[in-house]
Amino acid sequence: MKRRNFLKTSLGGTVSAAAALGGTVHARANLEPAPEAVGMLFDSTLCVGCKACVTKCKQVNEMPPVIEGEHTAWDSARDLSGDTLNVIKVYQNGNSATKDVEINGFCFEKRSCMHCVDPGCVSVCPTTSMQRNPLTGIVTHHPDTCIGCRNCMVGCPYNVPQFQYNEVFGQIQKCQMCNQKGVERIDNGQMTGCAEVCPTGATLFGPRKLLLQEAKQRMALKKGDTYNYPRGDISKPDNYYEKEVSDYKQHIWGEKEAGGTNVMHVSAVSFDKLGMPPLGERSAPSVVEGVQHTLYSYLALPAMALAGLTYTVKKNTSDHDDDDGGES
Amino acid sequence: MAENEFDFSELEKRLGVNRRTFLKFCTGVAASLGLPTSAAVAMAEAVADPKKRPPVIWLHGQECTGPTEALLRSEQPTLEHLILDLISLDYHQTLDSGAGHQVEDMKKKSMHENKGQYLLVIEGAIPEKDNGIYCKIAGETMTDLTREAAEHAAAIVAYGSCASWGGVQSASPNPTGATGAPQFLKDKTVLTIPGCPPNPANFIGSVLYFVTFGKLPPIDDKGRPKWAYGRLIHENCYRRPHFDAGRFATEFGDEGHKKGWCLYKMGCKGPETYNNCSSLEYNNIGGQVWPVGVGHPCFGCSEKGVGFNKPLFSLAEVITHTPPNMFPTIEDRQDTGGLTAGAAALAGAAVGAAIGATAMSAKKLDETQNDSNTDKS
Repeated sequence: MKRRNFLKTSLGGTVSAAAALGGTVHARANLEPAPEAVGMLFDSTLCVGCKACVTKCKQVNEMPPVIEGEHTAWDSARDLSGDTLNVIKVYQNGNSATKDVEINGFCFEKRSCMHCVDPGCVSVCPTTSMQRNPLTGIVTHHPDTCIGCRNCMVGCPYNVPQFQYNEVFGQIQKCQMCNQKGVERIDNGQMTGCAEVCPTGATLFGPRKLLLQEAKQRMALKKGDTYNYPRGDISKPDNYYEKEVSDYKQHIWGEKEAGGTNVMHVSAVSFDKLGMPPLGERSAPSVVEGVQHTLYSYLALPAMALAGLTYTVKKNTSDHDDDDGGES
Repeated sequence: MAENEFDFSELEKRLGVNRRTFLKFCTGVAASLGLPTSAAVAMAEAVADPKKRPPVIWLHGQECTGPTEALLRSEQPTLEHLILDLISLDYHQTLDSGAGHQVEDMKKKSMHENKGQYLLVIEGAIPEKDNGIYCKIAGETMTDLTREAAEHAAAIVAYGSCASWGGVQSASPNPTGATGAPQFLKDKTVLTIPGCPPNPANFIGSVLYFVTFGKLPPIDDKGRPKWAYGRLIHENCYRRPHFDAGRFATEFGDEGHKKGWCLYKMGCKGPETYNNCSSLEYNNIGGQVWPVGVGHPCFGCSEKGVGFNKPLFSLAEVITHTPPNMFPTIEDRQDTGGLTAGAAALAGAAVGAAIGATAMSAKKLDETQNDSNTDKS
């Protein structure tokens, strides 16, 4: 096929595709939090870096420790991976003298699935292996139907779903809030492993509504006040940790970011320094799905595009048949 | 060796210890101070020379005499002799054999004769409220006595938490206005040995340093000798690995408690208390005898604002000067290299199969060529 003909054909396809759209695409709104959404509140100012949550997570999910280097005695995961669903990282600046201070300070930050209200991984999954639980809002992964395309890894703004590259039959791994088949801690009325073991209540489990309320209450506290921080499950507060309030940044990560998350973070260090991506209030799926789902509804558009292409090709080839003879 | 040049015979008579035991003790003290062996010899000489013994005025304020009692129960049998002969204890309300006007006169005489040379040890808090009427000795208030004794002292040592920062009686509401010696004597340098009771080793080490070098050991901003109080209990604690691995005892007698896990969740104040209990333990008794060693969370007795101030089972503030470098940074990414045994086996099998197949096809090719050669010939 000559260059000119190829371009003509392509143009034909594009034109027919555009014609098939037949008007503007309406993006849908962000999804609302699930009716009984459960989540966690991570308060960086409470985290002392003991890694109890990391240890418990590995226990609950039966995952091996990540040993880096010959002289490491225990789990030393650098980031989330196929063997690590939860990791505590450190922010350091200057001489790291003071906790919860941006300049010459340090603080700890947790990395685990944020359990988005409008999850990107669910939106991009071609086989519905990633699902948002309609009741609890927990984002779950179902390996039975997973084809290993790893779209979810790209679709997640937080780089959470991880593939077991080192395994023979590797799977996608992510935090499922200790409620996956065989664990089902939430269904049994327990809390997540990480929240259960957290000594300071830095990881607090509970219904999203209560957690958001708690986070807003903390935002209103003044630096230097004393506050009774609940530990474990916020809906069943049985013990508290009395602590002086740090200088909170007036920002609850996950209240609105990309449609909100069920796992929310508060901190005294701004979130861009803690490696959080710049996200608007609109969720990516709400924008993209509008276009994608319109284009592909009932496969109408692909069919139209194919028809247009076929027509153009047919028209052009019949013109050239005489000139070129039987050459293929 | 220097000690050969020195005559210890008189010391043996005076202290009732032989030379070997005595040098061993001095070496031990020097080592715990982080000083070289030569310092131990210097110490031995300083102690053996009766002229060098500094006179000591020992004041008691608001307290339980715990620090003195702890000192008397030091493990080494010769220690009490040593401490009484190492220093010339001119005035001590608990240990003096005399009483009443006799001792008071003795004190005044010693202070007058040894102006600017005596060591002042303060044990107990000083109540400042209502002109100090809440603690009187021999008709004088503790505030007056302290001021008087401090004026011409060569060095001042506050022994015990009460003397260091007020101790138990300074806890809210502090009805007597109890204060520590450094807060009371604002214009003087006060060496503090906090603890309730303090570890006698910290006191003896610091005093031996003073006797030997004629000055106080290096101190921190709270007047504590750095050699003893330079680190948090948490930093040297043998339960620390459990903290780092997130293994916590949650109540007395639970599984974690029986296994000797970290006591942080039960309110251990080790992460915010500066002392050397975790490396020295208490009074050389051995057998892990100190609160955390026997399974009780640290109370923070030596730390101002912690002991007697924070509830026993409330969580401690973790003072981590620099976070350990074993934490991944925010930017860190997991290295996904490296294969599991299974994957390696599979890859090996694939490579093996490929080699086998190549060999077979090469063999076949060979045979075909041979065949064609035969045909041609």
